[in-house]
Amino acid sequence: MRPFDYQRPARAAEAVQAASANSMYHAGGTTVVDLMKLDVWRPDRLIDISGLSDTSYDFVQRKDGRLRIGALTRMSSLADNAMIRSDYPLLSDSLWLAASPQLRNMARLGGNVLQRTRCPYYRDTGYDQCNRRNPGSGCAALDGGVTRNHAVLGVSDQCIATYQGDWAQALIALDANVELLGKDGPRAIRFADLHRLPGDNPAQENNLRTGDLITAFSIPDKTWKRSKYLKIRDRESYAYALASAAVALDMEGDTVRDVRIGLGGVATVPWRASEAEAALKGQTLDEASATRAAQIAFSRAQGTQENAFKIKLGRETLVRALLETAQMEG
Amino acid sequence: MADNSKAAPAPKENMGQPIARYEARQKVMGGKIYSSDLPVPGKKAYAWMVTSTIAKGRVTGIDETAAKAVPGVLMIMTHKNRPALGDIASFLKGGMFVTDNNTLSGPTIEHEGQPVAMVVAETFEGAREAAHKLKVGYAAESPSATFESPGVTTRPMGEINPRYKPVKFKDAAAALAGSAHRVDAEYSTPIQHHNSMELYSTTAYWDDGKLVLHEPSQFVWGLRKGAAAQMKMDEDNVRVKSPFVGGAFGGKGAITVRTALAALAARQLKRPVELVATRAQGFTISGNRQETQHKISLGCDAQGKLTGYDHSMWEFTSRVTPYNNGGLDNCAAMYDFGAVSGQNYIVQGDRNVPNFMRSPAEVPNIYALESAMNELAAAANIDPVAFRKMNDTRVNVTNGAPYTSRSVNACWDAAAASFGWDKRNPEPGSMRDGDWLIGWGCAMATYPTQMAPSAAKIVLRKNGTALIEVAAHDVGTGCYTIAAQAAGERLGIDPSRITVQMGDSRLPPGPISGGSISTASVTSAICDGCDRLLTSLGLTADDAKASDSADRLAAALARSGRPVAEATGAWAPIGAPDDAIDRLYDGGLVFVGGAGEKRTMFAFGAEMVEVRINARTREIRVPRMVGAFAAGRIMNPRTAHSQYMGGMIWGMASALLEATEIDHKRARYTNDNIAEYHLAVNADIPDVDVIMVPEVDDEINILGVKGIGELSNVGTAAAITDAVWHATGKRVRDLPVTIDKII
Repeated sequence: MRPFDYQRPARAAEAVQAASANSMYHAGGTTVVDLMKLDVWRPDRLIDISGLSDTSYDFVQRKDGRLRIGALTRMSSLADNAMIRSDYPLLSDSLWLAASPQLRNMARLGGNVLQRTRCPYYRDTGYDQCNRRNPGSGCAALDGGVTRNHAVLGVSDQCIATYQGDWAQALIALDANVELLGKDGPRAIRFADLHRLPGDNPAQENNLRTGDLITAFSIPDKTWKRSKYLKIRDRESYAYALASAAVALDMEGDTVRDVRIGLGGVATVPWRASEAEAALKGQTLDEASATRAAQIAFSRAQGTQENAFKIKLGRETLVRALLETAQMEG
Repeated sequence: MADNSKAAPAPKENMGQPIARYEARQKVMGGKIYSSDLPVPGKKAYAWMVTSTIAKGRVTGIDETAAKAVPGVLMIMTHKNRPALGDIASFLKGGMFVTDNNTLSGPTIEHEGQPVAMVVAETFEGAREAAHKLKVGYAAESPSATFESPGVTTRPMGEINPRYKPVKFKDAAAALAGSAHRVDAEYSTPIQHHNSMELYSTTAYWDDGKLVLHEPSQFVWGLRKGAAAQMKMDEDNVRVKSPFVGGAFGGKGAITVRTALAALAARQLKRPVELVATRAQGFTISGNRQETQHKISLGCDAQGKLTGYDHSMWEFTSRVTPYNNGGLDNCAAMYDFGAVSGQNYIVQGDRNVPNFMRSPAEVPNIYALESAMNELAAAANIDPVAFRKMNDTRVNVTNGAPYTSRSVNACWDAAAASFGWDKRNPEPGSMRDGDWLIGWGCAMATYPTQMAPSAAKIVLRKNGTALIEVAAHDVGTGCYTIAAQAAGERLGIDPSRITVQMGDSRLPPGPISGGSISTASVTSAICDGCDRLLTSLGLTADDAKASDSADRLAAALARSGRPVAEATGAWAPIGAPDDAIDRLYDGGLVFVGGAGEKRTMFAFGAEMVEVRINARTREIRVPRMVGAFAAGRIMNPRTAHSQYMGGMIWGMASALLEATEIDHKRARYTNDNIAEYHLAVNADIPDVDVIMVPEVDDEINILGVKGIGELSNVGTAAAITDAVWHATGKRVRDLPVTIDKII
């Protein structure tokens, strides 16, 4: 770990003021400290936001037709929130099924959505090739590397690293917004606009500007009691998804009035399966329609020899998630 | 469900008391009992290895400018300035080291993760920063990563091991040709790493020309001997302390590069130096279970009687030091095979040297054999348990040597009763529960009963307490406690009044803590020492067994006029060479056991598992496992239960989770961390039922103890793959069975 300047401001505005192109915000530290130890990240300043006290950033509230969640809320805290468990099971499930108890107790939600890929070629500076870590250097994964855990959706010829978070799939499915405090004051963006596809420039992973601090997440306040997060992995716990599906259903009898689908473990960014949703709306939800929706969701998927199984697994995961969610109490 | 509410199973016939290990409280409270916790004289400096990022080629240059500028950096060692070291040798060549080549010997890179430099600094963080700032230039060549990679070399085992003999018993090919049922199948097992909780650490300091090493070790006498030769010193001037080992599994038996690096740095800096390999570095400095491939033909007659067995096995190893397991001779002893042939091959590439890992030969070889047994039973339409029973044997058929004891059928009966095996519908895919496919599978567990010579010193004091000294090792198994139990029983003293000292090379020599030999070997030496002590006091075994044994000991000691009574026992197993004890005191290795010329010594078990596989997404879960084991005298049912349970969990993880991934182009391990190298977690193992089947074996050693540490993780994988087949109708023969292989 290289020397760095450390600040722990009390006010969010001070934090934003202190930020620069090579500074980083730090709360739970589960990603930042990890990548600093590996020498992948070399910030010259860490701005510890865990002590911000100008207002609370650790809250869950329903107000003015929106559900708002503070960015310093711990993963474990939201996962265990009774209202969330009852009215938004997918928000709770996706956190319970992530990481380990120790990590969930440390990690804050603002940082959670910005966790970085576990691509081994990104995490080890011993590999010369990584377009995400070192722009223009190539992609070791695509150049004969191990790709079993890599993405099949949203890939480019520059990068196929998977976005490995879980909670983000639920946020993108529920049309969440991200509240930011930036150098020019507060603003909000769609969660769907937070992350960037790798495209020609995998190193630019999101649309945050220098100094932008995530302060809260907001979700249109429509409850989704009939929702779930299904995560499929080799190991029962403490493992990243090979495929996951965040599904929320609004049913009228057997007919789909509204449906939301986020896909994880299979894409380079939090992934909304909008076309699959469109195909289901107004339809009877059954094995056939769910299978058709899953076909559509993965119609543009591209696998390598090692990860092509994720296309089938991703489809099966979505079908199962849809059918199991339909069985839930509305 | 197994009743897991009690940590201590009640002892049955021929079992000792289930007392809790003495250090249990310290372990759960985080007590400072491990090597790197030991105090050192003076302020420690911290070493960090810089390891190669290429697998083949050479170092072209090292730019130290930025690294040297890091505050607190004390030294940088590379192949250009590494002080001289004595020659070393791997196990294969009779030495104690992982490799045959000293570290930092030159610019040549033989495998990824090979140390190319060491940085030592005032702080751990400073050393790491400087290590990251060291700029190492490489000229890389295209490496051979694994089987099927271009450039690998395949050779029959005999070319590298002149003592190797292929297995040959009658005409297996002819027998197979005449079989009514026959299985021809190929199996493979992946690279795996030990991943003990405790990392590979060494703290070294020098005291008046003498070297002290604090290092977790499975063989402190061997480490002392090896380190002394490497540092060109007299053995008496080296001391190794390893009071407790935080998991070893074979990875802490051979000497790694880190020992010399820490010792050299401490000598040069004249202060203690601590070197801890990172988790990732541990993947390449201490070896691994190598990947294997197997080709098996197995046949039986119309009634299910085995006729012929042919087994070829390929194992991957290093180009420079071709460590290998072999081990097909043990497979050949397992059943009443009509005829057997077995051939071993090694395949060499640009990889670090593999190493012993919990049941090195048995885990892959028995997986392949037991899988073929299951497949043949299915082909012959015979229940797999009945099939094994009808092919049971009392002798190693290849040489006629009788088993000293073999209670595998009793294990099958116990396991089947607990599991409810009679309710199994043999038809694949027939046992479904809603969206979940259910499969039941079974396999035999086995491990050779091996032993080595050991010494032990016993001191009896006037206050009725005793001290045992032996340079054995507690790798997490409860060895201290068992040593006290053995002596307590032999002398007639409550074991809580006995202090045991282990894990220090100044103590009388004990065996390497490998091959599951410790309990059998150490308790035998302790018994010998206790017997000598009793004799020296004019007492007999009857006095020790008497209800007033403590009084008789005290009276005898008083009569003797001696301040304390002392005796040193030394024991060598049956079949050991005449000079076994001398070799023990020379820090050498003598192993006896398994499939011998005159007798066949193995422990056995029977394992049954249930898997549940989601019909759609195909994740495999193991809701319950039952294992019944018979291994001679059980010294302590509580610690034995833990070892058996841990072994079954290992076996399950080995079948479904554990595999080190390798980049085929670069020959580098890519999941060298415990987030992505999947060991089993609690959620994976809802119910493990361990049954200890009483067994008496008077022939093997003084107490009739068989090693159990490497028994219960053998065979589990074959039981699980059979259960996967039973659930899905699909045979997966390449481990681990992950979702991608059955979707």
